[in-house]
Order: sequence, then C-alpha cells, then structure tokens
Amino acid sequence: MPVSLLISLLFIFGAALVAPSLCRLFKDKGGCLLSLAPFAAFGLLLSQSGAIAAGESIRYHIEWFSSLGCAFSLRLDGLALLMGLLVTGIGGLIVLYASGYMHGHPRLGRFYLYLLSFMGAMLGLVLSDNLIVLFVFWELTSITSYLLIGFNHEEKISRWKALMALLTTGLGAMAMLAGFLIIGQVSGSYELSEINGMGDLLQGSPFYTAMVLLVLGGAFTKSAQVPFHFWLPNAMAAPTPVSAYLHSATMVKAGVFLLARLNPSLGGMPLWENTLAIFGSVTLLLAVVLGLFQKDLKAILAYTTLGVLGLLTMLLGIGTEYAIKAMVGFLLGHALYKAALFMVAGSVDHETGTRDVTLLRGLRRLMPITAMAGGLAALSMSGLPPFFGFIGKELIYKAGVKLGGLELYFLVAAFVGNFLMMALALKAGIGPFFGKENNDALPKKPHEAPVTMWIGPVLLGVIGLVLGLLPFLVTDSIVAPAIGSILGGAIPEIKLALWHGFNLPLLLSVFTVAGGFGLFMLRGKFWAVADPVRAAIRPWGAEAMYERIFNGTIWLSKAQTRCLQTGRLHDYVFMIVAVTVGFLIWAIVNYGGLQFEMDWAQFDPIKVGLVLIMIVATIVAVTASAYMTVLVALGTVGFGVALIFVYYGAPDLAITQLLVETLTVVLFMFVILRLPPLKSMSSMATKIRDAILASTFGGLMTLLVLKAVNIQFDHAISEKLAAMSYPEAKGKNVVNVILVDFRALDTLGEIVVVAAAALGIAALVATGFKKKKGAAS
Amino acid sequence: MEPLIALLIGVLFAAGIYSLLRRSIVKLVIGVVLISQGANLLVFTSGGLLAGRPALVEAGATVLEAPFGDPLPQAMVLTAIVIGFGLTAFLLALVCRAHEAVGDDDINAFDNTDT
Amino acid sequence: MKYFILGHAGRILFPALIILSLIVLYRGHNLPGGGFIGGLMAATAYILVGLGSTMQAAKAKLRVDPVTLLAVGLAIAIISGLPGMLGGDPFLTGEWLPTFYLPLLGAVHLGTPLIFDVGVYLVVIGFTLHTTFFLSELAESDTEEGTD
Repeated sequence: MPVSLLISLLFIFGAALVAPSLCRLFKDKGGCLLSLAPFAAFGLLLSQSGAIAAGESIRYHIEWFSSLGCAFSLRLDGLALLMGLLVTGIGGLIVLYASGYMHGHPRLGRFYLYLLSFMGAMLGLVLSDNLIVLFVFWELTSITSYLLIGFNHEEKISRWKALMALLTTGLGAMAMLAGFLIIGQVSGSYELSEINGMGDLLQGSPFYTAMVLLVLGGAFTKSAQVPFHFWLPNAMAAPTPVSAYLHSATMVKAGVFLLARLNPSLGGMPLWENTLAIFGSVTLLLAVVLGLFQKDLKAILAYTTLGVLGLLTMLLGIGTEYAIKAMVGFLLGHALYKAALFMVAGSVDHETGTRDVTLLRGLRRLMPITAMAGGLAALSMSGLPPFFGFIGKELIYKAGVKLGGLELYFLVAAFVGNFLMMALALKAGIGPFFGKENNDALPKKPHEAPVTMWIGPVLLGVIGLVLGLLPFLVTDSIVAPAIGSILGGAIPEIKLALWHGFNLPLLLSVFTVAGGFGLFMLRGKFWAVADPVRAAIRPWGAEAMYERIFNGTIWLSKAQTRCLQTGRLHDYVFMIVAVTVGFLIWAIVNYGGLQFEMDWAQFDPIKVGLVLIMIVATIVAVTASAYMTVLVALGTVGFGVALIFVYYGAPDLAITQLLVETLTVVLFMFVILRLPPLKSMSSMATKIRDAILASTFGGLMTLLVLKAVNIQFDHAISEKLAAMSYPEAKGKNVVNVILVDFRALDTLGEIVVVAAAALGIAALVATGFKKKKGAAS
Repeated sequence: MEPLIALLIGVLFAAGIYSLLRRSIVKLVIGVVLISQGANLLVFTSGGLLAGRPALVEAGATVLEAPFGDPLPQAMVLTAIVIGFGLTAFLLALVCRAHEAVGDDDINAFDNTDT
Repeated sequence: MKYFILGHAGRILFPALIILSLIVLYRGHNLPGGGFIGGLMAATAYILVGLGSTMQAAKAKLRVDPVTLLAVGLAIAIISGLPGMLGGDPFLTGEWLPTFYLPLLGAVHLGTPLIFDVGVYLVVIGFTLHTTFFLSELAESDTEEGTD
C-alpha cells in the first residue's frame, strides 16, 4: 500500500513532536513509549517486503511544484527497504537504549525530539524517489545531527566538533545539489525511478564528469571518505546513543546509500568506478591503521566505521555483481554489530566512568550480559563463523579473487583492512571484558547496566548469530532485492551460506583471523606509542587542514569587514556608486552602439532656457552655503520639473509635483530652523574625488537616457489601457484610471508605504519627547 | 529636447550623488530629493516625450485618439512623486531627531548606537 | 497672530481650498485630479491656516488626529476592493452603479474606484498633516528651549 510509506514517516515525525511532552509526563518511561513509533514503522515496512521480494516497487506520489518537475514522491524498493528497516529497527532499539543511558537527564525531551527528527529525516532520505526531496531530507539529517553531536552544548569542544560535521557535510551537500540540478537538466526529470532508466543518456552527456564529481562531493563528505574523514571521529563528542545510531547504521551510510542509489544511472563508467574504488580503499587503509593507535573505546569504533565506509565505497566502485553482493551483505552485517558495539561501549562508559581501553579489563564478572553482547558483536565483526559477519567477509574475498591484474590491489586492501579491523573489533568488544580485573583503577564501581541498555545490543548480537546460521531468512526477502536495485536490473538469484568448501576465500579468512588475533595480542605495543604517533601526524592531517581553512576564512572575513565596513556613510555610498559606475561602463562598452540623432529644430528657446535654469539651480543647491539659497534652488528645480510635466502632456503629474514641492519647502523650513548653519567638513581632495565620481555617474545616466529614448518601446500595454479606459472603467483620465482601477493594488501598496512612513514618524515622536521630558525634569 | 533633458537628468544624478557623499545630514536629504527628481524625470522621459497631448479622452469621445503621452509611466511617476515626498518627510523627521540625539550634523559623528 | 496677511488669507481661503480639493477628487476620473492631488490640496489648506496662526489652531480645526484619518483612509481603500470579490472577480476589481444624471454634475458614475480614491485622499491628508505637525512641534519646542 503506497500510503504506508507516508504513514511510517508520519509515525516518526509525530513521535518527535510529542517527545518533549511525553518526557515531561512520564520521565524516563517516555523513551520506552517513544520507541513504539520506530518499531511500528519497522513493522509497516516489513509488511511490504513480500511485494518487494516479488520484484515490485511501491511508489507514493503527491504533486508539489509540478511546474519545476518537483514532486513529493516516495518509493520503496529493495535498497530502500533494507535501509528503511535498519533505520527504524536499530532506531527503535536506540530510543530504548537512550532511555537508560540518558536516565534523569534534564533535557531528555529535547534529546528525543532531535533524535526522532533525525530518524524521520533519515527514513525520508532512503525512501525518497525525487532528487530534490532527497536533498531536503539530506540537509535535515545534517541539521539534526548537528544538534545531536553538539547536544552537550555547554562544552566548547562539543560545539566546535558539531560545527565541523555540519560545515563539512553541508558544503558537500551544496556540491551535491548542483550535481542533482545538472542531472535534472540533462535527463529532464528529478524522479530517481525515471533517471535510473536513463543511464546511457547521462553517461553520454558532456556534463557527465561534472555531475559525477559534484555528487561525489556530497556522498564523500557525508560518508567521511578521505580527505573528508576527519569529522567522523570528532563527531564522537555526541552522547553515545547518538554515535551508535548516526555513526553506525544511518547517517554515515547516507553517502554510500546515495552512491548505491545512483549506481544504475551514473555507474559503470571508468571515472565512477576508479574514483570510488581508489578513494574507498585509501579510506579503508588509513582508517584501520589510525585506529590501531586509539585508546578511546568510541574512537576505536569510529575508525572501524570509517574503514567499513571505505570498504563499502570500494566495493561499489569495483561494481561487479559479486562486489555488490558483498557490499549489501557487509552493509547489513556491519549495521547490526556496529550499533551493538557502540551501545556496549556506551554501557561500559556509563557504568565505569571511563572509555580508556588501557584501564578497562576483566569486566565480564560484573557486567556479564553486556559482556556477552559485546562478545557476540565483536566476533561477528571479526568475521568468525558462524556469525553473519563471516558471510560478509567471505563475499568480499569471493568478489576479490575474481579480479585480476592491477585490480588485485583491491583484494590486498580488503585483506589488510579486514585483519586490522578484526584486531580493532577484539580491542573494543572483547578487551574490556577479559583479562585480570582492574576495578580499583576505574572512576566508578561498575555493575550491570539496566535492561533497557542491554536489550538492544544483545538482540542485535543474537540476530547477527542467527542470520549467520540461517541466512535464508533474509536472502530472498531483503538482500537479493537490494542487490537488484543497486545493479538496476532484475532481482538476482543468490545463495548465502557459511560453508562454501575449501577455497581461496576460506584460506584468506584463516589468515585474516590469525593476523587479527596476533595484532590484538600486541595491542599494548601500539598503545605505548599512541600519543606521540598521533601528535606527530596531526599537523599533516586533514583535520589540521580544516582548521587552517576555517581560521583563514574567519581572518579573511574580519579583514574584509575592516576594510569595507568603515562605519562611514560616505564610504558606503562611494563604494556602491563606484561599483555601479563600473558595471554601467562595462554594459555600455559591451552593448555599445550609442547613436542618436540631434534634431535641432525641436529645441524651443523657452524650454532650453528652462532646462538651463534648472541645471544652474541644481548646481547651486549642492554648492550654496546658506540654507535659504539651497531651499530656493531646490524649489526652482522642483517647479522646473513640474513645468516639464506640463509641456509634455502630464497635467496630473504637474499638479502633484507643484503641491509636493510646496509642502517639501514648508517641511524643510521647520527643520532648518533647528539646525546649525551649513559648514564645509570635507577636505578639498575628498570633494574633488567625490565630484569626479558623481559626474561620471551623472554622465553615464545621460548616456543611458539617450539610449533609452532611442529604443522603440512597445506601447501595446499603454494603448490597450487607453482603449479600455472609458468603455470599461468609465474614466476619461487614463492616468487616474490606471491608479485607482487597473493598477489599484499598486496604489494600495503605495498608500500602505506612506502610512508606514507616518508610523515611523509617530515612533520618532514617542521616543523623542519622552527623552526631552526626561532631560527637562 | 531629449538630449537636453537627458543632460538635466545626468546633472540631477551627479549633484544628488555628490550631495549624498557630503558629511552634513541636511545634504543627505538634499541628495535624496535631487536623485528622486532625476529618477522621476528618467522614467517620464523613457516613455517618450510628446508635447502637449495629455492622456485624456476628449469630451464626447469614448476612445483616446493617438498620439497621446504614454499614461503608464505617468502613473508610475505620480506614485513615485508621492512616495518620494513620504521619504523626504520621514528623512527630515529623522534628521531632526538624530540631530537632537547626537547634537551634531556631521554624519561621521553618528557612530554610536547608544545615543 | 504671527503674520497678518497669511493669517487672513488662510482663514478666507480655507473653505475654498477644501471645496476645491473635493471637486478635484471627484473629477479626477475624467480630468486631471484625483485622490493624491485632492489630498495634497486639502492638507495645504490646513497648513496655510497653521502658518498664518499656529499649528495648534490648524490641529484644532482638523478635530481628529491625522493618524486616525490615515487609518480610516487605508481601511476605506481596502474595503473598496471587497465588492469586486463578491462577484468572483479579483480583489480591487471596479464595480459601478448605473449611471444617473444630476443637475450641475451631469452624468454621474459612482463606483468602487471612486471610493478607493477617497481612501487615497484621506491617507495623503493624514500623512502630510501628521508629518507637518510633528516637525512644527519640534521646531517650536526648540525655540522655547532657546528662550529659556
């Protein structure tokens, strides 16, 4: 049922809206209630899986800006279903977990508002079928994740890191939007379901390179690929439930999701494949190597997430059917165990008061359930049979051994990445619970976490185990349709199994396990040098680059403010006029052709005299030093203008001008009475400079008018108005008819402006006389 | 006549800008007044100048006979004149209040937001 | 009385100017004139009175606060746009009564555009007088201060 897509979105956004009041009413229990919304959405999506597995897709469509080709359309296909289930399923568990983790937090309601809004945005992102809608949800995830990462906003460092994530992903999103617009222009549609059928058109377009690079800008920043990887470990400033959700299963996967989404239309070309594979593999290797030198539980997990994102991108870039299979399998497996590991890390932090892995060991006796969950997840992540993680890893090796030549590099990268990742998994999921107890060195005396905090990781760990043993549960219903949507074809026949016989992938797995375990045993060696190593590479890292760019931008804006914003009206006016003069000259040079005919016969001596008098009066008005002279000169100019109106058939204008001029002179009189006499304040040099600029501007205006009067305007509108004036509006004065009938709305706007000016003056009265009285008393 | 009117418009703009660039607050108002005169004339002239033919339907006739002064720019200019008057009046009031508050008619002295 | 001639002229001309402004307002649809011009004329009449004696006198003559006049004018202008909407036309579409003949005036066309123009007329009077009264009060308070 198409509308169920909308309903599932509304569930989550609805829950976000009521979250603050629920939390006020039920305190911590509010979290348990709120978790029902994502679970309901999960159920709703799952109920559609039959249709998806049968190869259908469900589309919900509302017209929005139809003239711009922008509709609010949602679509559930294999990929969207997989992602949607992860977003809502893990989301529900996280909401539950947070009710324990954030127990008694004063801003719990606000936290849930942000978290559920993020969840809704993420679900909208994976369900959207329109590029513009996708972009809107994409930005919404950036904004809500900014609020979540910076949730502990009292700390400056939290704010700084949240801003880093926002700026990086936000700038990428701008590039992505540009890419989307190009795609829309080339293909003529913003509907993904249509665009995915137009791969050949897009790839044949001269703008192909531009659209790929721009879209990759968005995807790479969101999914933290090198060189934008730095924001992800920093985003660990967020409360742990947020890290567990945003940085395992959802937000960082949005980039990979986008790449997978556009794979049918943009993929298959060397540019796409090579960029993805190379950047992905570099991210993978960099992340796992840096991860070895981390001592913070969450930082270790963050670097493994980076590694996985690199791996997924690399697999997409390789792009064979095997690689896509491996990617989907790995994506699913990773979401399950990484969310569990983050939650376990959060529980450990919550109960012991530290995340330093050099202190944490032997907790299994005091926190047995958490230890079990951590162990299950870590083993799945290590890729040991019979866990689902093993299947994912086997698929990667199976895809890898099919490669040849230079591409074997990717197999090597996957192998190295995997065994380092295994070492990290053991460090994070096993290390804290085994070995000799070290409870005295911990800031808090540990005990088992509450049920809300272990149910999620245990459940995810068990699912990882069950899916490993019984992969057919998800093969046909979820994994295969997702592969089908990424490849852009029919749903492939696939078979996931733990045992494929003795072969090269199995051998590689054995080496991986051995290598990973070996490194895990050597972990102390890496920790010993961790701090100096990190300090040594930091100045060359991308984060330092980000800081330089950030500070440089601030320096630049300060410098340009100092030089442009002088606080003097003179300078502002001068700059504005100078720039306008520049553009006018440019326009005249470019569109030149300034020819006009002088018809000396039409120079009537009276009019010539009038204009000359007005010119003299104008000059007097700005140069005279006595108010009276200025006033007379201004009056002369004004009455002169009125006379011009009289000569050229505009009696209404002439009368209005006369009255206005009279009133202006009266008003000026009142003001002048109060002011000190005019005096010359500027230096001669300034005056000359100003005069040159002003005369240039005036000269250009003259040229412009001459050009304008030589253009034959189309008088069709005026003629039509004149013809309609009497028959339709019963008025013989066309000007007045335009004012009160044809264009009455403009006139209404005008009198509103006049009324606003009066109110402004009234406000001046109010402030003015209050102060006056105060001064007098 | 157009070239001469064009010259006049140029002079009005030049004088207006020059006035805006002065430091006295009264000159500011003068500049605004001159520029609005120039702008009104500019719009009026762009419609084409036709001597002595107002856009009025003759008594007894029902349709306006060409040639006539273009009524559309005229309607716009009429609006502009009144708006310009409103602006000038408001500026004058503002100048008075500002002078009262700052005690100086030098714009460069208007650099404090607290007065 | 500050200025003898101005004072008398103001008193004598005032009724004539107001009547003239109303005529100009009415005939604006067919001949030069209309709400803007009429409004400015009427405002000038009051200012003439004020210049002749004091602005207080002009204010007293007006009886209502100029801002009230302005608000009423704005309301009239907006209301005049509503009848057109009743007929399903857009806001501010002109609606006319049947033409009838009166002595002196000849053929009379009454319709919403005329009402709209009345609104404009009142707004212009309100604005002009409000501004003038404000500035004159400022000027007078200043002279008082000077004499202290």
